[in-house]
Amino acid sequence: MASAKPRVKVPKTAAKDEVITIKTLISHKMESGQRKDKEGNIIPQKIINKFSAEFNGTPVFEVDLEPAISANPYFEFSMKVPESGKITFTWVDDDGSTYTEEKSIEVTG
Amino acid sequence: MTFTRREAFGLGAGAAVFLATGLRLDPAVAAAEDAMKSVMDFAGGQEPAAGKVTLSAPEIAENGNTVPISVSVDSPMTADDYVASVMIVAAGNPRPGVATFKFSPMSGVAEASTRMRLAKTQKVIAVAKMNSGAVFMDSKEVKVTIGGCGG
Repeated sequence: MASAKPRVKVPKTAAKDEVITIKTLISHKMESGQRKDKEGNIIPQKIINKFSAEFNGTPVFEVDLEPAISANPYFEFSMKVPESGKITFTWVDDDGSTYTEEKSIEVTG
Repeated sequence: MTFTRREAFGLGAGAAVFLATGLRLDPAVAAAEDAMKSVMDFAGGQEPAAGKVTLSAPEIAENGNTVPISVSVDSPMTADDYVASVMIVAAGNPRPGVATFKFSPMSGVAEASTRMRLAKTQKVIAVAKMNSGAVFMDSKEVKVTIGGCGG
């Protein structure tokens, strides 16, 4: 079920050492493992359990997720931009699959 | 001491109610203990101090399925002095863990937002750990109109 679709919002340019805000969202049910189906069987847990953001390979921000995070996990966080480069976003699913997204940012002035 | 038939029935019913509520209370108590335990584990046995960390959450959440929360920690976020991680705990959820944010000096400012599920009205706790090992805590009571776990 590779239906998870990441969406990321990053400014295209920034001044050197500017602190930018990054918004990320991924479509995912975040099945909590608490719900029951019509027959009363517990629906097994299936969530995104890890999210990370790296800038040119250096970790910036990371989250360990629990089932208490809402469906379509949304994160807003900050990053200080030292130079032009690439930001890589990774989401890890309980079933082992990973979803990635990449954004470039350019330092002007 | 002798019971009349009516008194005996009353006592029996009372005991049954007591037992039922007692059983129902148990998981909640266990969850709260779990929450305190995970906070203590995260804090490394230290007593978290007040201040530095601010947890923002709505006072009343109409829908427990998506409750917006954000944390910010007062820190210069330099290579020598930064916030290592912030743990969010909801003591009234069936499973109290919510998320752990890990920051780095690259973060610039220690702020993050997300959306979480709350099963019922309860206290949400944020614990921040600095790179020096110091631990700070904040909490907010959130009233929930419609719970967001299971169905």
